[in-house]
Amino acid sequence: MHEPAWFRWARVIVLSLLGLFAIAPVYVMLTASLKPLPDVEGAFRWIPSHLTLSPFIDMWQTIPLLTYLENSLIVCSVASVASVIVALLAAYAVSRYRFHGRQVFSVTILSTQMFPGILFLLPLFVIFVNLSQDTGINLYGSRTGLIITYMTFTLPFAIWMLAAYLDTIPRELDEAATVDGTGPLGAFIRVVIPAAIPGIVAVLIYAFMTAWSEMLFASVLTNDSTRTLAVGLQGYATQNQVYWNQIMAASLTVSVPIVVGFLLLQRYLVAGMTAGSVK
Amino acid sequence: MVDTIRVKQGVTASAPSSPPKRRWWRRGSLPYVLLIPAILLELLIHIIPMLAGVGISFLQLTLFYLRNWRAAPFAGFSNYAVAVNFSSATGQALLHSFTVTIIYTLIVLAGAWLFGMAAAVLTQRAFRGRGAVRTLFLIPYALPVFASVITWNFMLQRDTGMVNQLLMSLHLVGSRPFWLIGQDSFWSLVIVQLWRTWPFAFLILTAGLQSIPADLYEAASLDGAGILGQVRHVTLPLIRPVNRVLLLVLFLWTFNDFSVPFTLFGSAPPSQADIISIHIYENSFVSWNFGTGSAMSVLLLLFLLLVTLVYLALGRRGARHA
Repeated sequence: MHEPAWFRWARVIVLSLLGLFAIAPVYVMLTASLKPLPDVEGAFRWIPSHLTLSPFIDMWQTIPLLTYLENSLIVCSVASVASVIVALLAAYAVSRYRFHGRQVFSVTILSTQMFPGILFLLPLFVIFVNLSQDTGINLYGSRTGLIITYMTFTLPFAIWMLAAYLDTIPRELDEAATVDGTGPLGAFIRVVIPAAIPGIVAVLIYAFMTAWSEMLFASVLTNDSTRTLAVGLQGYATQNQVYWNQIMAASLTVSVPIVVGFLLLQRYLVAGMTAGSVK
Repeated sequence: MVDTIRVKQGVTASAPSSPPKRRWWRRGSLPYVLLIPAILLELLIHIIPMLAGVGISFLQLTLFYLRNWRAAPFAGFSNYAVAVNFSSATGQALLHSFTVTIIYTLIVLAGAWLFGMAAAVLTQRAFRGRGAVRTLFLIPYALPVFASVITWNFMLQRDTGMVNQLLMSLHLVGSRPFWLIGQDSFWSLVIVQLWRTWPFAFLILTAGLQSIPADLYEAASLDGAGILGQVRHVTLPLIRPVNRVLLLVLFLWTFNDFSVPFTLFGSAPPSQADIISIHIYENSFVSWNFGTGSAMSVLLLLFLLLVTLVYLALGRRGARHA
């Protein structure tokens, strides 16, 4: 189709501006992480005058970054995998069965998504503190407490997305498997799950990314030994000095795997989201 | 594990000779069994805390009673009275924070939709490098908030930041403004949140545009519509259902967001950027007054419920008239 010249120019200009806006923080993060401390404390320079890798070495000493990284990895992996398993079971029920309360369940679960986090945080904090007081079950300040919390956060969206994805898998597939002599759960595990892999991967990325970035609950429900990266990274700003080059190095280090994972798998994520949102 | 064992039973159970009663879970109850884990988690983390939150909003729950909240004295509606008494300092601060949050949310919403729509429309037709551009646009959405927003904090530093350096070298400002305190902090928050939000709008709108059949554009083109005419007469009307969901989701996310303002300003933001989630957080965990904090949260929830219901009702009526 014919594209007028003004359209091509407008496209180049608008897309370039949006691209620069999108990428600017990444450029700053990358260059500042390679600058020595005096350079990030002076006026900003677009091109670093001295390059050093020492921020990437020092960042492990200034704060217990390794502990935070370990906490984040454990909490986010366990929470996202568990959340997807629970969501998959529920999504299968919602997608394949017409049972009493189906509508109530879907609406209730989805509506929790719109509630402000602070509304749950206060009571959850009080409940966790009192639970350890009364029963000795220690959820406050533990990884387990955070894992359960994060699992639940991603659950509504995960169920919604997975149910929409399962709807796109023809029911004839499970029926054929059932006729072949497998029960409904057998059909679910052998036929539906393999066919739903793209949707499952999408939800897994979504759940992991959500947990990896969560701050509100992490800032209240963790202590020094269970702190996650999202909260712990603030530790580079001490009373005397802000180690900006180390902050940028640490930010870059904990972002690269997430961004690369997201970009590699974005095709699945978009497919999963589209199945859920554009109907 | 349990499921695998059940499956094996299921295989034998569906052999022709086995009695139907061994398939008790096949009839009716299976969907409920599948829902149990999800329902338990929702109860534990969402439903019970929410009800408890409503309960706490009627208590005088201070740090003193925290470890024994059942002993906290009943306060009736006094927490609510404190929150909405707009002649008192607390009420005034809440109203101010609420107003700031509404304005900020609407600006971010409009900007995110506009940027997302422009990018989606301009990348709709294939050109060289389109895949790379799309990937580039998704980076702000893919970066963890705490890492990217802390970078924005560095960029917005008065003396060492990139933003002021850029503005100075382009001669757009005479002296370096403060971006993280005072009047301009509001705009810093808007821009950072916009940076973070528009790629999501782009993602959803791109997916939405792909569902518009190409022959509609061809028909419009044969009727003499140029590119702008096609956008106006084909794209915008057909993208409406996507917009309806997208705008509501963006509104709720932006309104409730905690991570961006918290990373940018910490727990004590400048009053021009005192977003409601931070405001309640600070009221609760800095001054340890959970009763008032809960009352404010409940009021916030009622407001969001109202907005959502009105929005959905309007949408339904609009759809019927269309």
